[in-house]
Amino acid sequence: MSGYRTPLGRVRGLGAAKHGVGGFIAQRVSAAALVFLTLWGVYAGLSLAKADYATAVLWLHAPVNAILLALLIGVGVFHMRIGMAEIIVDYIERPTTKAALLTLNVFAAWLAGAIGVFSVLKVALSSGIY
Amino acid sequence: MSEAPIGAAAPKPAARPMSPYVSVWRWHLTMAVSIGHRATGVALYVGALILVGWAVSLAAGPGAYDLFRLILGSILGKLVLIGITFSLFFHLANGVRHLVWDFGAGFQPKTADMTAVAVVAFAVVATLAVWVAAGMMGALA
Repeated sequence: MSGYRTPLGRVRGLGAAKHGVGGFIAQRVSAAALVFLTLWGVYAGLSLAKADYATAVLWLHAPVNAILLALLIGVGVFHMRIGMAEIIVDYIERPTTKAALLTLNVFAAWLAGAIGVFSVLKVALSSGIY
Repeated sequence: MSEAPIGAAAPKPAARPMSPYVSVWRWHLTMAVSIGHRATGVALYVGALILVGWAVSLAAGPGAYDLFRLILGSILGKLVLIGITFSLFFHLANGVRHLVWDFGAGFQPKTADMTAVAVVAFAVVATLAVWVAAGMMGALA
């Protein structure tokens, strides 16, 4: 029944709690994806720099652009949530302030991700230009 | 073992020697780039919110999109975007540097200094390249 033991119980019985590297690995894996996604993002930003509304909507109607932009936003907020949590844990000493900021960080990142991906899908899946 | 009340800061021993912290270190390159990685990460947090704002404005319609472009196209908007472009390339290059470190390579002081210079150089050159390209496309007018 070791699956039901608390982290402290695991630490006492078996060494590490075996959860410590989860954030570390998730940060690296998302970083690897973002190397490609952000470079594409810069290219996309340049090609859209002069785009008016109709051109931008048409651009987002292309499945490749919609998928990559949704991925950029999704993986981006995932990665930035981990990084910001690391900063909060490092610099905020007071437990209640720390917990509040960590919670706010999770809320902000997921909310931004949900709004961003929804907006991309709304434009990408809409029929017609206007 | 007595527990501190919830919400209280950890008790601090008075006037004991502390482990070295920012104020006692001479500034050096690898330290500046390390701090820069965090700073640019925070800047990119804002950048991600701006990107989401762009998608929202596009989803909201032509009026909102034009307003968003007007704000980003202003002098202040361009300065923010230049800062975010630099932050992106800096964080990207130094992130790759961190990934190499994760494999155990590149920790020698000379190598770490060299790659730190490379990170800053790449960020400056790539930022310039992107904004010169934007200018040549006539996107800055």
